[in-house]
Amino acid sequence: MITPEEIKTTLEKALPGSTVETRDLTGGGDHWQVIIVSPVFEGKGLLEQHRLVNEVLKAEIGDQRIHALALKTFTPAQWEKLGS
Amino acid sequence: MADDVLAKIDEKVKNNKIMLYMKGTPDFPQCGFSAHTVEILKSYGVPFGSEDVLADPSVRDGIKKYSNWPTVPQVYIDGKFVGGCDILHELHERGELEPLLKAAFGK
Repeated sequence: MITPEEIKTTLEKALPGSTVETRDLTGGGDHWQVIIVSPVFEGKGLLEQHRLVNEVLKAEIGDQRIHALALKTFTPAQWEKLGS
Repeated sequence: MADDVLAKIDEKVKNNKIMLYMKGTPDFPQCGFSAHTVEILKSYGVPFGSEDVLADPSVRDGIKKYSNWPTVPQVYIDGKFVGGCDILHELHERGELEPLLKAAFGK
């Protein structure tokens, strides 16, 4: 189990300038959907972006505090386009 | 022995324009993520190879090493690891999957 604040803080610290939104998919605190908008993703493919996030949360995934992680990653430009 | 498995995987990945490592078979997927991945691929009407990792524990471990990716399903297009269910879904939604498939099949 992990709190949304912990996920947010860890990601925002490791990926500067990111905006992180979390959603607890089951209410159990270990199945998460995380949306990350970050300039760090610029010029990277989705696979690379997801690898980067998985790497940041490696410890939390490794010890099962996070059991399932559904990621949605966007660059700021992609995110803006979605909203308009 | 582990090298044998990796060589076998490499051969399949290179010999199939699209190769899917999944739980179960395309007709009888054994996991929701694998099922959804199959559904996306089928929607394009393209042929794809598949292997059931539940049928062989050495492949189940081997495929994770091969791609350095912790989960199954795994999709390979044109010999390149593209991602799992999440990434395929996202590429599909963004309209980026079709060009990838077209490129693989040479239009």
